[in-house]
Amino acid sequence: MASYNLKVNGKSVNINVDDDTPLLWVLRDELNLVGTKFGCGIAQCGACTVHLDGVAVRSCSLPVSSLEGANITTIEGLAKDELHPVQEAWKELDVPQCGYCQAGQMMTASSFLKDNPNPSNEDIRNAMNGNLCRCASYNRIEKAVALAAKKMS
Amino acid sequence: MENQNKITFSRRSFIRTSALASGGILIGFNFFTSCKEAAVPPVDVSQLNFNDFNAFIKIADNGYVTIFSPNPEIGQGVKTSMPMIIAEELDVPWEHVSVEQGALDTNNFTRQVAGGSQSIRFGWNALRETGATAKQMLVNAAAAKWGIEASSCSASNGVITSPTGETLGYGDVVNDAAQLEVPENVTLKATKDYKIIGKDAVNVDIDKIITGEPLFGLDYKAEGMKYVSVMRPPAFGQKVSSFDDTNAKSINGVSDVVQFGDKIAVLASNTWAAMKGKKALDVQWTNDGTLESTADHDKKLNAILDGNQLDIRREDGNVKKAFAEADQVLERTYESPFLPHNCMEPMNFYANVTADKVHLVGPIQTPAGTARRIANLIDRDEKDIHLEMTRMGGGFGRRLYGDFALEAAEISNITKQAVKVVFSREDDMAAGIYRPAIKYRIAASLKDGKVTGYHLKEAAINNNMYGLIPHFFPAGAIDNYKVETGNYRSNITTGAWRAPYTNFLAYAEQSFFDELAELLEVDAVQLRLDLLKNVKDGQDPDIQYSAKRMTDTIKLAAEKSNWGKTREGVYQGFAAYYSHNTHVAEVVDITLKNGYPSVEKVTVAVDCGIVVNPTGAKNQVEGGVIDGIGHAMYGDFSFDKGKPQDVNFNTYRLIRMRETPTVHTYFVENDLSPTGLGEPGLPPAGGALANAIKAATGQLLLKQPFMSVLKKYEANLKV
Ligand code: FES
Ligand code: FES
Repeated sequence: MASYNLKVNGKSVNINVDDDTPLLWVLRDELNLVGTKFGCGIAQCGACTVHLDGVAVRSCSLPVSSLEGANITTIEGLAKDELHPVQEAWKELDVPQCGYCQAGQMMTASSFLKDNPNPSNEDIRNAMNGNLCRCASYNRIEKAVALAAKKMS
Repeated sequence: MENQNKITFSRRSFIRTSALASGGILIGFNFFTSCKEAAVPPVDVSQLNFNDFNAFIKIADNGYVTIFSPNPEIGQGVKTSMPMIIAEELDVPWEHVSVEQGALDTNNFTRQVAGGSQSIRFGWNALRETGATAKQMLVNAAAAKWGIEASSCSASNGVITSPTGETLGYGDVVNDAAQLEVPENVTLKATKDYKIIGKDAVNVDIDKIITGEPLFGLDYKAEGMKYVSVMRPPAFGQKVSSFDDTNAKSINGVSDVVQFGDKIAVLASNTWAAMKGKKALDVQWTNDGTLESTADHDKKLNAILDGNQLDIRREDGNVKKAFAEADQVLERTYESPFLPHNCMEPMNFYANVTADKVHLVGPIQTPAGTARRIANLIDRDEKDIHLEMTRMGGGFGRRLYGDFALEAAEISNITKQAVKVVFSREDDMAAGIYRPAIKYRIAASLKDGKVTGYHLKEAAINNNMYGLIPHFFPAGAIDNYKVETGNYRSNITTGAWRAPYTNFLAYAEQSFFDELAELLEVDAVQLRLDLLKNVKDGQDPDIQYSAKRMTDTIKLAAEKSNWGKTREGVYQGFAAYYSHNTHVAEVVDITLKNGYPSVEKVTVAVDCGIVVNPTGAKNQVEGGVIDGIGHAMYGDFSFDKGKPQDVNFNTYRLIRMRETPTVHTYFVENDLSPTGLGEPGLPPAGGALANAIKAATGQLLLKQPFMSVLKKYEANLKV
C-alpha cells in the first residue's frame, strides 16, 4: 500500500492503495466515481475512458503508481457549469440504448474534438473506433460527435 | 387483427386508488393480473408496496404526474415507451411526467421480464386502460364540483373543460378524485388523436446517463460490502480437486477465500484485490465428464442431419413425392458457432443474506424466477427475498439466467457478509450461457419454374427451435413443406441469445431463397412476393405472420432502397423475416475495397404496428441490424477440450464503428397494436449481407462468421 495524490475533476484527493491498482478501480471503488465503466480491463473497449491532462486514456490499464500528481477528468466532471456540447448532442440525438458504454464514448469524443474541431465523418469514425458499443448505437454516436463539433464552433 | 378499443379488463379488479397524505392521488394497478381483493395503495409514496400492485401513478396536486414504471430496462426503451402510453390516455403534457423505476419486489409479478420483445405488446391494453381510467376519475371529480354531467366535460393536456368553458387543472381535483369510485367504463382515444404516442421522446434516464450517475448493477454499493471474484472451472467438464490459497490471502485487501460447489470465491475490500486474489489461487482441476471440442460438435451435428432420428415439427403435403418429381433440387447446409452475449456490463450481483431478510440488488431480466430459485438454493422462505433491479448494461438474453445472482446469494449465505460478485470480461465470456452452435440443412424441389417442396432440418446443441418458429415463412407458402429438428446434449451451457434460433435460421433461409431465385431466374424480391401470394392470412392458426403485412413491408424496403437501381459498384442483398410478431425487410448495400466487402448502408422496413416512440424504436432497429451484421461477420467462438478459446475483446471480435453501415429505418404506417422491436431487426441482417456479398463477389457464404471466408480479402485491405 502506498499513498498517492491525484487531482480528480478539479479536486485534490489522497488515496491509499496498492501501487498496481488501475486508475479505474481507484475512481470506482475508492472515490465513488462510478460513471467510469469497466468493460474489458485490457484497453480494448473504451468503457473506462477518462482524460489525463485533457487526453483520452484507458483508466483500466493505467496503474495509479504512474499517476502521482496527475490531473484526471471523469464523466462526472465533464460538465462545467453547463453540460459539455458532447453531452448536449448525446441528449439531443437520444444516443444511448443500454447506456453503459456511453460515458467512455463521450470522454473519447470530447478529447478528440478539442484537437479536431472540424472533423470529417471519416475522422470521427477513426477516432471512435476504439470504443465498443455492444448495443451498436454507432450511427447515433457518429451523428452526435458531428453535432457536438457544430455546437463547439 | 384486433379492435383497438376492445375492453379486455375489468378495471375494478386491477385498479385501486388512495388519497396521498401529502395531497394528490395514488393509483395502483397491475399488468395482466388482478390485484388482491384487499389491496389498497399506500397514502405515502415512500411506502410503495409492489406486492399488491406492480405499478403506480401519482398525480400531485400541482398536476404533475409520476409514473413508477414496472419493467426492468435493458436498453430496449420500455421505461420510456410504457409511461408514454399511460400519459397519452391520461392526456397530460409529457413534460409534466416523470418516470421512476419502482424498487421492485417480486413476489407477485407475472410478466416482469424483459425479454422476447414482448413488454409493449402485453402492456398495450392495460396501460391505455389505466391512463383512461385515471383521466375519467378526474373528469368525474370536476363534473361533481361543477354539479354537471361528466359526459358533458372534456379533458386535454391536464385541464378539464366544462361545456360553458370553465376549466380546472388535474391538480385542482385530484384530492376529490381520490374519494371517488373507480369508473367501470372508459373510452380509449382514437389513434388519430394521439399527441404523445408517435412523437419522439428522449430516454427518461438520459440526464443520468450523460452525467455518469450510478444506475447500473455494477454501480451499486452498500456499506461494508465485500467485492467478490469467483474462480470457475476453466473448461466445461472440469471440477476442483484441490487448491492452495496462501498467495491469494497474502494480497492486500483479500479477506476470505471460500469454496462453494465447483467454484472458489475470493472476497476483498475492493474489486482489484478480489481479481488479483483470484489470479493468485493455485487450483488443481480434475475432469468430471467429457471435455468437448468444436470439432466434436461438428461431427455430432452432421450425424444428426445425416441420420433419421429427427422430430417432425411441421409437415404439409408430401415432401418426398415433390422431391421425387422435381426437375431440379437445391440442397445446402449452413452452420453457425456458439456465441457469447458479451453484454457491455459484465455480470454482477449484490447479495446480503441475514437472519431476517435476503437483500438482492442487480441487473436481472427475470427477477421473480431468480428470487424463487434463490429461496430454494439457500432454503429460505420466498417472502424473505427482496430483489431490487437496476438498469442493465445490455441483456441480449444473458440476464434471463440468474446464475450470477445465485452465486452472490450462496456466497453471502456461507460467509454471512454482504457481497457483490463481479465478473471480469474473461469470467463473463468463459462462464457463458451461449447461443448454441447450430446447423441447418435446407433442400427445395423445383418443377416447372416453381418451388414445389421445402425440407428444413435443424441440428442444434441442447435445444431446438421453440414455439411457432417451425410455422414461420415459408410455411404456408409452399405446398409440400417439412421441418424437422434434432439435438445433441452437451455439458456446455446454452440459452437464449437475442432472437433465439431465428438469429441464425433467418440467415440460412434467406440466403437459400437468394439461390433459389437465381435458379428460377426471377428477381430475389419478386420470388418472396410470389411465394407470399400462396398464403391465405388467418387460415392456419399456427401461421402468425401476415402475408399482407409482409408483402407491404417488403415493398417498402424495395422502394426505399432503390432495389435493383443502384449506382455502379454498389451491390445489394435482400432478406425479409417475421419474428416476435413484427415483420421486417432489409436491403444491404455494399461496395468492394480491394475485393473486400465494405457494408455501406442498410435500408430497413418494419411493420411493428403503432410506433409508440419513434426515436426509441429506431434506436432498437439500428442496434438490432448492426448487431446482426456484426455477429454474422465476426462472431466466432470455439472450444478446445471444453475450454473457450477466446475470452476477451483482444481476440474476440465485435463490430466497431469503422465497420458499421448507416441504417435507414422506415415504418409501415398502420394503427394496429404495437409489437416488439428489441429483436426482430436482427434476424434478416445476416441473410441480406450474405446475399449482397454473393452479388458482389459470387462467393457463397454457408458458414458464420463470414470472416472465416473473407479473411483473405481483408488482408488485401492492409496492403
Ligand atoms: S475497460 Fe478499459 S478499455 Fe475496456
Ligand atoms: S449503449 Fe449499450 S453498450 Fe453502448
